[in-house]
Amino acid sequence: MTEAELIEKVNDLLVEEFEVDRAAISPDAVLKDTLGLDSLDYVDLVVVIESNFGFKVKPEDFMGIVTFQDFYSYALKRVTEKV
Amino acid sequence: MINRVVITGLGVYSTIGKNLEEVRNSLYAGKSGIGFDQERKEFGFRSGLTGVIEKPILKGQLDRRLRVGLPEQGEYAFLATQEALANARIDMDFLEANDVGILYGNDSSAKPVIEATDTLRAKRDTMLLGSGSVFQSMNSTVTMNLSTIFKLKGINFTISGACASGSHSIGMGYFLIKHGLQQQVICGGAQELNMYSMGSFDALSAFSTKESNPITASKPFDKNRDGLVPSGGAATVILESYESAIKRGAPILAELVGYGFSSNGSHISQPSVDGLVKSMEMAMRDAGLTNAEIDYINAHATSTPVGDGFEARAIDKLFSDVKTPVSSTKSMTGHECWMAGASEIVYSMLMLQNSFIAPNINFESPDDDSAKLNLATKTIDKNIDVFLSNSFGFGGTNSSLIVRKIKK
Repeated sequence: MTEAELIEKVNDLLVEEFEVDRAAISPDAVLKDTLGLDSLDYVDLVVVIESNFGFKVKPEDFMGIVTFQDFYSYALKRVTEKV
Repeated sequence: MINRVVITGLGVYSTIGKNLEEVRNSLYAGKSGIGFDQERKEFGFRSGLTGVIEKPILKGQLDRRLRVGLPEQGEYAFLATQEALANARIDMDFLEANDVGILYGNDSSAKPVIEATDTLRAKRDTMLLGSGSVFQSMNSTVTMNLSTIFKLKGINFTISGACASGSHSIGMGYFLIKHGLQQQVICGGAQELNMYSMGSFDALSAFSTKESNPITASKPFDKNRDGLVPSGGAATVILESYESAIKRGAPILAELVGYGFSSNGSHISQPSVDGLVKSMEMAMRDAGLTNAEIDYINAHATSTPVGDGFEARAIDKLFSDVKTPVSSTKSMTGHECWMAGASEIVYSMLMLQNSFIAPNINFESPDDDSAKLNLATKTIDKNIDVFLSNSFGFGGTNSSLIVRKIKK
């Protein structure tokens, strides 16, 4: 999976799961604010990622994820590690 | 302080209609909501009969965070409550500013529990159950979700009283308002309608196996009845003090004048005539009404050989001299279990408002017990001023409610 493909897939999943406007998503946007995440939503984010990418986001990893770009980079790293 | 308790709103989502108007039409026409589910047979059920309901789509109506904790019966309850609040003319501004309560009947949430267990067995990680699972799985799922969605600030818990849950929820709401502790309470009952919730009930051979013609399978009081048909949905009844309703200019649909209850203190699944009689007598005493003043009895009768016989004997014991018309709407809906006590108040209210008695369909011939009743086997156009509605459940829990047209 290329980085562009991964980004598109992540965005598709987030738009579907959290019902946000795709236009609101940009690499520099803050993940928490844009998706309107509360503490419960992070649990669902873990499920979405696990069921679609096969890796589990550890709760402590969210500490370093602020923007969408942070999230893409993290996901790419985990997907690459998995391969 | 003793308040008069009135009904100011009704709502329903059921196998015979997704709103009050559809349900009223089905009741008048004697339309069945029963069908056959092949998947149940393949899953090991003795009977594939079930109520058939249209699954609602709440995406776009309700925010995601408010949806993820809603199990199937919670979705039905949301829609029924939305309808009831709208026709009670209670909006979000009123809910924000007043201590409106909720007491709802629900006694299982099997599907989310089973699905979570399946996920856990496969994934071995609780975090992968998602955030909604716990809120969908608890018995209080309906009240915890609706109180959040509608921002309720009054009493808030679930009544679990088996197949009398919905009826007891209305009875408890009645007590709270009558004694001045609440001014408005959202009451009701919800029932999941999936095979996971009904396997253990099917195990008792309690379900009809007349699968060749599903719409005729539920035949309460008929000599050839062979069991109930499981069903579900949700129904909501808004109870309010008379003073509050007048002050708000709310539509006063009827007055709840009597609640009776009892416990049989005997068998876990077999009713008792004495227990049923006690419940009905208590409701009539509370209402200050005689048997002659009751125009219609909505029977609990589920179409089981044993249960209907007990109820027929109990009704005959109290109403033999006046021969009050009786019907069981479960002949059309099947047995809505935790929802039934509330939905049957809604069904009977629709009869009271529209001056008819809905038929006990599929009745062909009486047995020795039902021969003593005045069964409405066809739709009867008739004014109803007062009705009595019975609900009985496992463990011998009994509930009877009496509703009367409002007297100024």
